[in-house]
Formats: sequence, structure tokens, C-alpha cells
Amino acid sequence: MHILLRGRDIDNIKQLAVYEKHDGFAGMKKALAMTPAEVIDVVKASGLRGRGGAGFPTGVKWSFIPQHEPVKFVTINADESETGTFKDREIMEENPYQLIEGSLICAYAIQAKAVYIYLRGEFWDIGDQLDECIEALREKGFVGKNIMGSGYDCEVYTHLGAGAYICGEESALLNSLEGYLGQPRVRPPFPAQKGGGLYKEATVVNNVETLANVPYIMSEGADAFKAIGTEQSAGNKIYCVSGHVKRSGNYELPMGTTFRELLYDHAGGPLYEDRPFKAMLPSGGSGPIVPLTDEVLDTPMSYEDCANIGTIIGSASIIVMDETVDMTWVASKVTKFFKHESCGKCTPCREGTYWLDKVIDRILDGRGSPDDVKRIADVAENMAGTTLCALGDFAANPIIHTIRHFPDDFAQHVQS
Amino acid sequence: MAIIGNSKYEERINHHIAKYETKRSAVMPLLYIAQEEYGWVNQDGINEVAQLLNLDPTQVKSIAGFYTMYSEKPKGVYWLQVCTDLPCALQGADDFHAWLKEELGVEEGGTSADGMFTVEHVMCLAACDKAPMLQCNFRYVEDLDQNKMRELLAKWRAEAAASMNGRSAE
Ligand SMILES: Cc1cc2nc3c(=O)[nH]c(=O)nc-3n(C[C@H](O)[C@H](O)[C@H](O)COP(=O)(O)O)c2cc1C
Ligand code: SF4
Ligand code: FES
Repeated sequence: MHILLRGRDIDNIKQLAVYEKHDGFAGMKKALAMTPAEVIDVVKASGLRGRGGAGFPTGVKWSFIPQHEPVKFVTINADESETGTFKDREIMEENPYQLIEGSLICAYAIQAKAVYIYLRGEFWDIGDQLDECIEALREKGFVGKNIMGSGYDCEVYTHLGAGAYICGEESALLNSLEGYLGQPRVRPPFPAQKGGGLYKEATVVNNVETLANVPYIMSEGADAFKAIGTEQSAGNKIYCVSGHVKRSGNYELPMGTTFRELLYDHAGGPLYEDRPFKAMLPSGGSGPIVPLTDEVLDTPMSYEDCANIGTIIGSASIIVMDETVDMTWVASKVTKFFKHESCGKCTPCREGTYWLDKVIDRILDGRGSPDDVKRIADVAENMAGTTLCALGDFAANPIIHTIRHFPDDFAQHVQS
Repeated sequence: MAIIGNSKYEERINHHIAKYETKRSAVMPLLYIAQEEYGWVNQDGINEVAQLLNLDPTQVKSIAGFYTMYSEKPKGVYWLQVCTDLPCALQGADDFHAWLKEELGVEEGGTSADGMFTVEHVMCLAACDKAPMLQCNFRYVEDLDQNKMRELLAKWRAEAAASMNGRSAE
């Protein structure tokens, strides 16, 4: 059953009347009948965790917002720029009202003045569609002053980025939205604190998929949501499958489904029958790569089980590679991404990605030495944990883990 | 023309300035408007955005330079950005990108001799299940192959020629 990708089950759910007919805004109505603190308690009890990558408990994040502050904001992370991620796009294209309803529930729970939806610039047509949805809701009295007669006021706006992966990092996103360079901020103060959020006001930043879960949680109850998935990973998750599978695409399945079920039953198994799977990046370019062994295939896709196999489920952008793929080339591709996307603020990230890219190119060209392989591993180890934002760690991951799991793929280029 | 005092943009400019807590926040949407008017973000556009938001032109220029979707030099009539990031590359995007450059006789980032096509490669565009893909003037074109691409190039050439003729007939 789809909770998020309902556009696949219900024709025209992107029209307000159809959305309403299928329980649309039932969650919002329930929320408005509760106190904000009660709404936060329901979301806490549901076990919902952030779908943007870090998996932070959503209700707990909302509870960090100081209630007494007069001005607060909600910012929706619709930057969707992690390599291999294309889930928020489908939610917003096919089921936009559910995102807006979830955002309004969040806004009510923290008593926000306004919601800003930060979309990657390429999603301008999605932005236009969301603007139309917001206007339709305003006409019905669901956005703006005195929402649904509750006395609560809230505006919803869209904002377009302009092609910078780093603006998906929440503090860079806030800078970008304020019209400054999209570079991360020094924390503390965190976005949820006065001084750290949008326009220095306390702010919740949540991913699109995270918030699209909230209407269901409110209308069906925390227990219904918690009943899906595993103990520590509640609910459904959208898995974006790409690479060497027969049927790439988005699959919404309960958390805790095994990689095997996803990759074989749903995605159809290896793209070419005679080329078995070799490796997988389960969280786009930024999470650790793992070999696709039987042990990995039988691992449930949950936060806790993925940690046991040395990786993360993160944004669940699952990039699958078959036995023909050279992991040195993969390390190079991913490194070029991070070199291009480093915002340049910290030296280890800026210089490190530049240098790693140069040396990997040399290795791929057959001009490298075994020492070069050792050196890039050392540089990557030293980069991790020394930077202002997590991009520095993300950039170290592909090097460290490809070399760890696939040393022969590197050795073949340097033994001449 | 200009964007200030241009009735085509007035409503949009006012909407963007009104929707944020500070004027400065409107710099990104206004840069898109400048790019729409001039075809790229030129100095005139930067000066006008700065004037509208009470910013220094050098601040506006540094914002424009930070993001890849603001073009700091003129592009061909069709700006083709091919995704060659990992998932697309696993489905043949590198070869497709190389073929396209050869077909049009351009280097990476270059524009074809007739001024029609600029080709460059970009990072993931959130369309990885529809590779190879590109965006043409910020519109996604997905599930491509060489045949489809040849047809599209011919179609775009014809459309550009038709709009040129239309303009000279005016
Ligand atoms: C370099 C970098 C890029 C990120 N990109 C995104 C992104 O595109 N979309 C997203 O939702 N979160 C992204 N994040 C995570 C956000 O910083 C933040 O954790 C998230 O938006 C919080 O929402 P959630 O709790 O609902 O997941 C990124 C983080 C980093 C460090
Ligand atoms: S780690 Fe990289 S991307 Fe993050 S702030 Fe530093 S330089 Fe910028
Ligand atoms: S890798 Fe090309 S769209 Fe994602």
C-alpha cells in the first residue's frame, strides 16, 4: 500500500477535490483540534525519522523549537540533489497536496509564521505547480489567515535554488534562502535555536518525504504508523533504485524490507542475466559502498540493520553496479561530484577533493603507483571529521570504502 | 530592454520581494528574471537586481557566480546539459555525452559554430531511472538514445529557424 506515492493508486490526486475526497486534510483537521504540544507528541510517538539522510527523530526535532519565541519558521528541503535520488520529485509532481498538508501540520505544531519550500532550481515547473496548489488552498481558507477557522495564520511560499548540491545541507539552505552564498554555517546555534534558523529565528528544516508522512500519522494515529516497519525504523520508505537493475525507479515499501526483495522481486534483478551484482551504494554517493554479498542482500533496509553492515540507509538512493564495473572508476565519478560541489569554505574539503581527483585520474590512466593508492586512503581518512559540514565526510567515504572492499580494482591499475 | 520598469516582470518582481522577510532574499528569483530578459546574467542585469534590492552589484555578482544555473556568458539557442553522474553513466551517459559533442562538433562547454547548441555535462538531475537524459534550456528530456537525439536536434533547429523567420517578417 502506498502512503506517499498515492499518485500511483488514485487518479488525479494532484487535484484538490480528489485529494480531499481521499482523506485529504483529515490529518490537518485533527491536528487543529489538538494543542500544538499534543501534535508533537503524536509525531514523536509514531517513531517517524527524517528521510533527508540523517534519520533524526522528527517529533524530537520539532520539540526543540522554543515555544515562547514569537517568530518561527518551517523550511522544507526539496533540494533533492544527492546522486541517485529522485523520490521527492515524484511526491511533489504526483501528490503535492500531501506535502503541503504535512508542512502545515508541522507549522501548526511549532506555531510557525510561514513555510518556505526550497526546491532545487531545475524543479521550477514543480514550483509552479506548488504555487498553484497554494493559491487553491488559499481560496478555500486552508492557507493564509485563520486556517480552517482555527485562528491560526500561516503562509506557504516556494523558493528556487540554482544548481548547488551544498544547498541541501540545512544551514547552507538557510543562507541561500536569505540571499547569501549557499555555504554552511558554524553551529551552534542550530536551526532550531534562536539565532540559528531562517532570519535568525527558530526553524524546523525537514525533508519532503518526511513531511509527506505526517498527514497519515495524524489521521490514522501514531500506532498505525509505528505498526509498519521495524522497532527503530517505522513507516514506509521510498527506495530510489538506479544502475544495473531491470526496472529502475521508485519503490515505496516498509522499512525493514530486505535489499534482496527490493532488488530482485521489485527491481527485477540484474539488468543483464550473465552479469551478477557486484556492489551497491545504498545512500547515493555520500554513504559507504558495500559489496552485494548474500549477507548484504538479506539485510533489512532499516537504520539499525544497515549500521550492522557498515553503511547507512540515508536517503535510500540505491545505486546498483554489476561485475563489469571498476570500483576505481566509481571512486573517480563520486570524487568528481564532491570536488565540483565543495563550497570551498574549508581547506581539507576544497583541497582534499581536488587532490584526490587528480591522483585517481592518474591511477586510472595507468600512471599511478601502489603508493598513490595508500596516499589517497590516508588523505581521505584525514579529511573525515575535520570539516564544517558533512560533505567533507561524504567525499572521504567513496575512497575509504572502495579501497577497503575492492583493493584488487585499484591494484590492477598500478601493477604494470 | 531592462527588467526595471518592464511591465512584463513588474508583478513577479513585486511578488518575490514581498514574500520574504528581507529584500535580500529575493536576489535568486530576481537573477532568474534578469537571465530571462538578457539570455544570461550580464552586468546590466546584475546592476538592476542590485538596485531593486539595495545591494552592492559585487554582492549580486558573487551570488550569481556561486550557482551553476545562472549563466555568466551567452549560451547557444539551446543549452544542453547532459547528466553524466554515476547512475546515468552506468546506463551509457558518458558515451552519449561524447557522441553528442562529436555530432555537434563542440568541445565540453562549447557552442556549435551556428550558435545553436551549447553542450556541457552536469551532476545528477534527479532523473536517474530515465538515463541517458539531459536538460535543454532547463526542460528535462529523458530516456534518450542517439536516434531520438538526432530527431530532437532536427526539430529544435527547425523551431529556431521558424522563430527567426517569424522575427524578420515582423
Ligand atoms: C552536503 C549535504 C547535502 C544534503 N542534501 C540534502 C538534500 O538534498 N535533501 C535533503 O532533504 N536533505 C539533505 N541533506 C540533509 C539536511 O542537512 C538535513 O539533515 C535534512 O534536510 C533534515 O530533514 P529530515 O530530518 O526531515 O531528514 C544534506 C546534508 C548534507 C551535509
Ligand atoms: S566541508 Fe566542504 S562543502 Fe562543507 S562547508 Fe566545508 S568546504 Fe563547504
Ligand atoms: S545520475 Fe543522472 S539524473 Fe541522477
